[in-house]
Amino acid sequence: MLSYAIIIACGLTFCALALNAWRLIIGPTTPDRIIAVDTMYINSIALIILLGLYQGSASYYESALLIALLGFVSTSAFCKYLLRGDIIE
Amino acid sequence: MSIFLEIVVSVLLILGSIVTLIGSIGLAKFPDYFTRLHAPTKASTVGVGCILIASMIFFSVELGHVNLKEALISIFLLITAPVAAHMLAKAGLHYKVNMEDNTQNQHLAKKAYLHQSPDDE
Amino acid sequence: MDKVRKFIWFPTPYHSILLWVVWQILHDFNHGHMVLGAVFAIVIPWIAAPLSEKEPVAKKPLKVLTYVFRLLFDIVVSNYDVAKRVLQSNRSLKPAFIAVPLAINEPLPLTIFTSSVSLTPGTVSVELSEDRQWLYVHVLHLEDEQLLINLIKHRYETPLKEIFGC
Repeated sequence: MLSYAIIIACGLTFCALALNAWRLIIGPTTPDRIIAVDTMYINSIALIILLGLYQGSASYYESALLIALLGFVSTSAFCKYLLRGDIIE
Repeated sequence: MSIFLEIVVSVLLILGSIVTLIGSIGLAKFPDYFTRLHAPTKASTVGVGCILIASMIFFSVELGHVNLKEALISIFLLITAPVAAHMLAKAGLHYKVNMEDNTQNQHLAKKAYLHQSPDDE
Repeated sequence: MDKVRKFIWFPTPYHSILLWVVWQILHDFNHGHMVLGAVFAIVIPWIAAPLSEKEPVAKKPLKVLTYVFRLLFDIVVSNYDVAKRVLQSNRSLKPAFIAVPLAINEPLPLTIFTSSVSLTPGTVSVELSEDRQWLYVHVLHLEDEQLLINLIKHRYETPLKEIFGC
């Protein structure tokens, strides 16, 4: 039963990623695209954890942690660029 | 793994992915920037949180000892998601994105951009 | 020139404990890593403590727990509300900006307050006014402005004021 649940969850998360990609492509303004990228980071954490569950390997959490860190840093760097026109002042 | 724990893990996985999907539907269909901003905070708190708790339970049973590593990721997401949302909102104000016409109190957005109090001139 | 700091063994004890616990979680409570984590927990604050500023300390630790559980409960409840809004049509949406008057103005409690407001789906804190008297919040669906302001103040600000005693 668990293997079916994992596959269904993967499908739903993949649909979520596809919707985010659609917003990334059509997003009318730059901030909209940044939101789409931020949400894609979070959804890919979910997808990687699901991959770890599917393969029964506990070491996938490290890549999830890295994605969480990089996602936050890159989102704040993008926002800083929009706010100031410069990343490091 | 007992059948009871298997059901709990499966329900948490399905619930988490449904919440994630609803957050992304919100991101795709909401009409303006500030309403779209509500989607990622939603997806990251409950959606990914449920999936991480499911993974935590699964590997704690599978490996035979307490496994709290996924809890670190959810705590990290809980701390960073509001900060990211705040910065995104500031960027949107600065960029002067279009707002839906039926947004109430639109004058407050201008005050917020100028860092003023609402009763300032 | 700065005057020479007096040497303190544990400049930030809470951060040391936090660092040690996180290190143990990352390495599965291994005996060798308990010693290594203790070394890090002692040495890293010596380097990092001069960079941090003085922050108010939580005076009532039990209240912190009730606050955290209330916040988690609110997150789940309001997630359900926002999920319903997402699945309804866009026309029934009434987005709004509101200004919440603030009663706390120290950095750490204020950060926790604005983060709590952002974490509960349906409200995102946008900006502070310059004098730190007002918080601008964007609401996804607003029915009654005064009711929401009172709710935010009552559920998050009053407990935080009690916890930090300011």
